[in-house]
Amino acid sequence: MVAMPQPDADVLRRRQEIAAALSRIVPGEGVITVPTALKPYESDALTAYRQTPLMVVLPETVQQVSAVLRYCHEHGVRVVPRGSGTSLSGGSLPLADAVLLGMGKFNRVLDIDYANRTVTAQPGVTNLAITRAVEGRGFYYAPDPSSQIACSIGGNVAENSGGVHCLKYGLTTNNVLGVEIVLITGEILRLGGKHLDAEGYDLLGLITGSEGLLGVVTEVTVRILSKPTTARAVLMGFASSLAAGDCVADIIASGIIPAGLEMMDGPAIKAAEDFVHAGYPLDVEALLICELDGPAVEVDYLISRVCAIAEKHGVTTVRTSNSEEERALFWAGRKAAFPAVGRISPDYYCMDGTIPRKKLPLVLERMQELSQKYGLRVANVFHAGDGNLHPLILYDANKPGELEAAEALGADILCLCVEVGGVLTGEHGVGVEKRDLMPEQFSETDLNQQLRVKCAFDAEHLLNPGKVFPVLHRCAELGRMHVHHGALPHPELPRF
Amino acid sequence: MADLLEPQDAASAVEAVADALASRTPLELTGHGSKRGYGRPVAATRQLSARMLAAVDFYEPEELVLKAGAGMPLAEVEALLGKAGQHLAFEPMDLGPLLGGPAGAGTLAGVVACSLSGPRRPFAGAARDHVLGIEAVSGRGDLLTTGSRVVKNVTGYDLPKLLTGSFGTLAFYTSLTLKTLPAPERAVTLVLEGLGDQTAIEIMTRALTSALEVSGAAHLPAGLAGYSDGASRTLLRLEGFAVSVADRQAALEKLLAGVAPCRMVEGEECKALWQAVRDVRPLIEPAASAVWRLSVAPSEGAKVMARLRQALGVSGYYDWGGGLIWVAVAPGFADAGAGPLRAALGEGHATLVRAPEAVRAAVPVFHPQSPALAALAARVKDSFDPENLLGPGRMVAGSERARG
Ligand SMILES: Cc1cc2nc3c(=O)[nH]c(=O)nc-3n(C[C@H](O)[C@H](O)[C@H](O)COP(=O)(O)OP(=O)(O)OC[C@H]3O[C@@H](n4cnc5c(N)ncnc54)[C@H](O)[C@@H]3O)c2cc1C
Repeated sequence: MVAMPQPDADVLRRRQEIAAALSRIVPGEGVITVPTALKPYESDALTAYRQTPLMVVLPETVQQVSAVLRYCHEHGVRVVPRGSGTSLSGGSLPLADAVLLGMGKFNRVLDIDYANRTVTAQPGVTNLAITRAVEGRGFYYAPDPSSQIACSIGGNVAENSGGVHCLKYGLTTNNVLGVEIVLITGEILRLGGKHLDAEGYDLLGLITGSEGLLGVVTEVTVRILSKPTTARAVLMGFASSLAAGDCVADIIASGIIPAGLEMMDGPAIKAAEDFVHAGYPLDVEALLICELDGPAVEVDYLISRVCAIAEKHGVTTVRTSNSEEERALFWAGRKAAFPAVGRISPDYYCMDGTIPRKKLPLVLERMQELSQKYGLRVANVFHAGDGNLHPLILYDANKPGELEAAEALGADILCLCVEVGGVLTGEHGVGVEKRDLMPEQFSETDLNQQLRVKCAFDAEHLLNPGKVFPVLHRCAELGRMHVHHGALPHPELPRF
Repeated sequence: MADLLEPQDAASAVEAVADALASRTPLELTGHGSKRGYGRPVAATRQLSARMLAAVDFYEPEELVLKAGAGMPLAEVEALLGKAGQHLAFEPMDLGPLLGGPAGAGTLAGVVACSLSGPRRPFAGAARDHVLGIEAVSGRGDLLTTGSRVVKNVTGYDLPKLLTGSFGTLAFYTSLTLKTLPAPERAVTLVLEGLGDQTAIEIMTRALTSALEVSGAAHLPAGLAGYSDGASRTLLRLEGFAVSVADRQAALEKLLAGVAPCRMVEGEECKALWQAVRDVRPLIEPAASAVWRLSVAPSEGAKVMARLRQALGVSGYYDWGGGLIWVAVAPGFADAGAGPLRAALGEGHATLVRAPEAVRAAVPVFHPQSPALAALAARVKDSFDPENLLGPGRMVAGSERARG
């Protein structure tokens, strides 16, 4: 288990005083300190980690957020922002000495602008609610994490979340046009808006995916798209993951970027089929779901090309959806893959690395070896089109040592991803979970530069500490003058 | 002539920055130097150029990725991708001719540093959306690896986005990793004639809000010499697989039936038209006029333009469905018209892309930011370049001098 920063004893002692001060900023039910009421906030979706927060604060206005942060900044109190708590990396895990700042009351869609193809929403609005707000007029918000009924748009921005349609339509970062953020000092900033590029440095791009470490998002403007006239999915079964992987590479090499291109391995197919009865073939080792969207003629044309490519790679079953219901059914199994696996194992641990796609056969083989080495089963679902893997490690937390073994296996898998030229996390974030693996991907120099960026936003490391970065250097230390070849450069020269 | 350093590899780039750091010598970061006139004048006598860092590390079309030296000429990148039927989907612009130089002279570094996205931006994303990884030397002399070669990556902060569009003020790029995409099989453009600005914006909006995947929407008001001499022209582009383009073209014609006389262009004519829109060719002449780039909410475009015509008598045109406005301000207005222009803008921002050096030194070339935002940007700059050695003064007035 990853160790969290030592709680500040002084802050723990001042708990009453802090609660009283924050209650003056957020009156009514806005500050929660009663132990039973704190219980639901103890963890996010990385449930192996639990911690009761110092208190929960639920602001309703940006002024309140600003005043709460200013107070915490002035009084040296740590703050953990939280949206819907669906993070799979422990991003919104509370700290014993930190205020958990819940953004759930920021739940209004503020503006729908069809002419400019934008929606402006408060951060607590769920991902799906944005699509729901505009689908009547034929629009939708493209990034679609499987958790979309629950996760908040603010959380999506903080995690730069993806979904099965990101291959063609991009991640959160490619679909956000503007945000309002509040810095730990209480300063309120607006970045971007309805125009298509923000001025100056791309701080919007930097904030997106910053896991709540740089600022609290209080408003989000996203672009919405017109729904394609047609979307159809093709289910393709293969006798080996290798053949399925080659098929994926060939589809993309032939100039086709499907709306979604997903892969599941034998164990995942079986679990999903038993759970949702999507009609998946059970006699295959790998299943591809390829969705094509656009005008009907284009979709038909591409389906025939995809099927021809699949034939070349020895596809054993092919089914093409012929109705919206059928398409939804094809996806239902994939989208329910996590809970489906949850039914066949007391516990499962969801990993999230990305690899260069061509390394898939190698990585699958090595994962198989690792699975045997640790004696734990692994079921695999992939965003195959972009090489983002979600190995699900099956374990039983009640068996001594299994959680630790699952974590160790998970770490080995992620290191493998980095080793083959990929990354530790494709969409779930570093959070607590992968924090201590960061040196696998980044040198100390790289990590120090990221930390310096953090210092530019939050010099005292008060926002979401203990997440993302393995060691917290003091900002003053990081800012030290560069020493070249062991000597301070020209100390005799006046600095102009 | 300023002193010019052309490192051959990343290690010598580190040396060059370390040396500048030791002697407190400010550096102007360049590729081929074709866009040195974009931004405020840089207070540096030494130039650090990426031109020798021009090799392809790898290009894997089936993985949709290219990694190349930062100084690789953009024209070579485009030729290489073209051979595999791919392209850079953000349609990088070529500012060379607007800035008085030849066409096709830029580098990958220049495109990324100046964040030059073309007409396809509303549909396919901007330069920043296609930069996957950057290796660069910071102003501290550190060789940084940011991002990766894969698209799905949320490990640590997204520093490639921050470094894109930083105009050589945060770090010296040594290599760039970009996402490549299949180039469309076919492209056609519907040209509508004689629409007024506001109507044109409405028509572009109608097209862009349809499901027809319009990948370019520009309006050239009447009177742009060589481009819309007689009547205004509104351009709507469709790209993709041939069967799809034909189908969407029919649907678009139906959607816009009766709006205005309309014809279809394709092939070289279509390509040339969008190159002109992309590279601001309609405003190259008269060379003495100042050229501004305005980014606004698309629906506001025509209103902003009307205010600018009234205040400054500008001529100009629209891209991005109205969200990107290029205008020329005749010489004679003090500060290239910065004051009235920004007052007329409302929300959004304005950048002075072409003006004499003295003017660019005197007015904020980039849009002024709120004090809190400007202070944050300065802290971010400081985190990469504490001595202010990289491109001092390029983005912000008063930052010309190295810090001490
Ligand atoms: C079953 C399941 C399926 C999932 N599928 C996907 C998927 O397909 N793709 C994917 O990308 N993710 C997926 N996730 C992960 C998760 O849903 C996303 O990371 C989501 O964006 C988190 O949103 P949230 O509102 O729950 O944020 P939280 O979990 O509350 O917080 C996540 C992080 O964001 C920060 N944060 C939250 N709100 C704000 C704010 N307003 N300002 C600043 N920081 C903030 C927190 O501090 C924390 O670091 C899945 C999770 C589950 C449980």
